[in-house]
Amino acid sequence: MQGLEVRGLSKRFGGLVVSENIDFDLPPGARKALIGPNGAGKSTFANLVTGILSPSGGTIRFDGQDVAGLNEAQRVKRGIAKTFQITTLFPRLTVRENLRLPVLEREGQGTRMFRRASGNAEIEAEVTALIDQFDLGPLADRPVLDLAYGQQRLVEMALSLALKPRLLILDEPAAGVPSSETHLIIEAIERLPDDLAVLVIEHDMDLVFRVARSIVVLVQGRILTEGTPEEIANNAQVRELYLGGAHG
Amino acid sequence: MAVRFLPPLLMLLAAVAAYFLFPYNLAFLTRIVIMVVLVLSLDLVLGFAGIATLGQAAMYGAGAYAAGLFAIHVWADPVAGLVAGALAGAVLAALSGAVLMRTQGLTLIMLTIAVAQICAEIANRARGVTGGADGLRGIRPGKVLGVWEFDFIGITGYWYALAVMLLVFAVLAILGRSPFGLSLRGIHESPARMEAIGVSVYRRRLAAYTLGGGIAGIAGALTAQITQLVSLETFSFSLSAEALIMLILGGTGRLYGAVLGTVIFMAVHHVAAANDPFNWLFVIGALVLAVVFFLPAGIAHLPTSLKRLSKGGRHAGS
Amino acid sequence: MNLLLNIAVDGIAYGMILFMIAVGLSVTMGLMRVVNLAHGGFALIGGALAHWLGAGLGLPFGLALLLAVAGTIVIAMPLERLVYRRIYGFGELQQVLATIGLTFLMIASVNLLLGSSLLAIPLPEALSRSVDLGFRQLTAHRAAVIAVGALVILGLWALLDRTRFGIRLRAAVDNRDTASALGIDTGRIYMLTFALGAGLAALGGILGAELLPIDAYYPLRYMVLFLIVVAIGGLGSILGSFVAALAIGLIETASRYLVPDMATITFFGIVILFLALRPRGLMGRA
Ligand SMILES: Nc1ncnc2c1ncn2[C@@H]1O[C@H](COP(=O)(O)OP(=O)(O)OP(=O)(O)O)[C@@H](O)[C@H]1O
Ligand SMILES: [Mg+2]
Repeated sequence: MQGLEVRGLSKRFGGLVVSENIDFDLPPGARKALIGPNGAGKSTFANLVTGILSPSGGTIRFDGQDVAGLNEAQRVKRGIAKTFQITTLFPRLTVRENLRLPVLEREGQGTRMFRRASGNAEIEAEVTALIDQFDLGPLADRPVLDLAYGQQRLVEMALSLALKPRLLILDEPAAGVPSSETHLIIEAIERLPDDLAVLVIEHDMDLVFRVARSIVVLVQGRILTEGTPEEIANNAQVRELYLGGAHG
Repeated sequence: MAVRFLPPLLMLLAAVAAYFLFPYNLAFLTRIVIMVVLVLSLDLVLGFAGIATLGQAAMYGAGAYAAGLFAIHVWADPVAGLVAGALAGAVLAALSGAVLMRTQGLTLIMLTIAVAQICAEIANRARGVTGGADGLRGIRPGKVLGVWEFDFIGITGYWYALAVMLLVFAVLAILGRSPFGLSLRGIHESPARMEAIGVSVYRRRLAAYTLGGGIAGIAGALTAQITQLVSLETFSFSLSAEALIMLILGGTGRLYGAVLGTVIFMAVHHVAAANDPFNWLFVIGALVLAVVFFLPAGIAHLPTSLKRLSKGGRHAGS
Repeated sequence: MNLLLNIAVDGIAYGMILFMIAVGLSVTMGLMRVVNLAHGGFALIGGALAHWLGAGLGLPFGLALLLAVAGTIVIAMPLERLVYRRIYGFGELQQVLATIGLTFLMIASVNLLLGSSLLAIPLPEALSRSVDLGFRQLTAHRAAVIAVGALVILGLWALLDRTRFGIRLRAAVDNRDTASALGIDTGRIYMLTFALGAGLAALGGILGAELLPIDAYYPLRYMVLFLIVVAIGGLGSILGSFVAALAIGLIETASRYLVPDMATITFFGIVILFLALRPRGLMGRA
């Protein structure tokens, strides 16, 4: 079986149950959204899949293979990548250097010592293509800490995409981005490769309904329901949940 | 392109000028050059990879003892001795780093100091091999490359140390622009992100620490060969701390900051201190606090800091 | 059997000293997130003051002790205001440097005023007497050290558990942003905590002068020892420091009794092994 298969996944922090018996599938090419109130356990779920956290129970399989024994870096090598809810870049490196790093590592060149980091034409071409894909051309040689927040979120996505993953989890890609700029994020998501499996965690419902073909609702660590955007929009329980002001 | 070769060129010019200006201070000049090698090793570990250490003297001392013992018992050839020193430093860094690189913050700093103390203790106990508190004596290095004999004025010693220093500088400059160097800067900036792009931060940091240990070992080997004496002081906390201060004074992560900081520090030391170690502590204490509060990025960043200041930038002080 | 009891008594006394000196370091590091390498300097200042007051001016031990601890606190408070407060927000490396600089200044000052030789603190008759425990002679001094150490941990527990200051301090250690949002004056708490830690270090330095002799280089010589207590105990944990200090006291003493030639190496070996397995220490928080 191709793609991600999660069965009976659970996670406790001490006495606090943050994920409870989660079953979840994400085949290649999927566009799913994971929504739910603050503290529902969405980021925790992403961290369990990518290996930042280890689960208290359950299984995670990717392309038919159990990835439980693999750490974060090893799962990246298998094709699982994620962006960070809180922007986590290399602030004093330029945009180009930020993107060069993951490409070099993906190509297994990260430990080469006696050639220039910028000396490989193929890698440079790929980095430039990524910069163009995210419309970051004019900023390419600026340190990312000089960039506006919305642009930093684009670099955040570009960094993960540079790993050529087959599964990409976007943890609140539009968090903190002014609404006038969310369209940039949405367009960037729409331009992701067709065969890539994408899971978007997001509070911004406009974004969710624009990009997701299926939506999973997580509440207090449990999956409340899953359905098409229409089904979710008309689900009484979900509406109640989001009328309470959690809509972000 | 031309700008990039300016610092090394200036360095070489300054070194030649110093040779002719201070012909009677060659021993002191040589000490500076050797210290630059040690501080360069620290720049790799701390300036590039962001590993906070107060124990670089451990690898320096290991290199010094290894080179000294190698010269006495195995082969007097200086270059072979450098290799022995580099290996000793690298092996010690790899072994201790295997534990140290799992820790961070205070624990890491404390353990780096502890490793140097353990080394000093071992060297002290193994009196039969190392000479204990009397130091390791009787090192008689052979001719450099079979041609230049070490003379007692220190002419050969100076040029030999300078050549090694420039070589180390060049290697680190190449390393700094390589994929490996970029990945170390990445780890410095964000270890979490490095893991997320598939890098074992632990292993990469261990590699940097080992390399830095090898270079510190070369610095130690130079001392052993040129002063023909190795004492327990090579492991001292003060040496590690002073190397750190020199690096921060000059500015981290740009190599010539290490050179600049070392030269300035050693010169101040030479003028202000040598006769009274305690008054020297007043000077160095005040100097360190001044750097931390007024020049946190080091002298190498002074132009940038001034530029920002004149532009009225908010980051002038940070 | 006798050997074990000897190790236990000496180790506990040693551990109490380490605890008194290091607990302030642990709490301030946990609270202010500052890497402070100068903490041993306060033990030195306390010891130097006690030496000057006791041996120089001839004050009785008890009075010299009290005045020396008070004097250390008086010196520590403006230092917190003028130096430490400015470096709380700095990076780790800057903090390391600043506190090394401070350590150097402390060493140089003590040397300037009192010289670089050993600074003995005369003990009163009553404390030099021996108490017969049946299996060995115990000096009253050592018994007093254990008693004072026990009082300190009880006092700290009462302070933290029973007073408003304690509640605020714990809130600030757990989460200082929340604490200041709740209107707790964290600046004042920092200063009081810092002063308390410095005072305890002075107390430990004076009482422990027999085991860790006082001279100008004291803060550098024992820096690692105090940092080990904090690292093993876990940053910010008083109970952790206590357990760690006792364990370290016992282990060091045991290795000195059992493997005198390899004592330092054995001791460091155990410490490194422990930290390799538990990098955050006994009670360290993520
Ligand atoms: N390392 C941790 N230790 C203890 N509790 C944690 C830890 N990480 C997260 N939690 C708790 O787990 C719960 C779920 O957190 P999580 O970050 O997964 O929520 P989320 O759904 O991503 O929320 P948000 O929408 O705010 O990002 C929260 O109550 C959080 O406090
Ligand atoms: Mg989240």
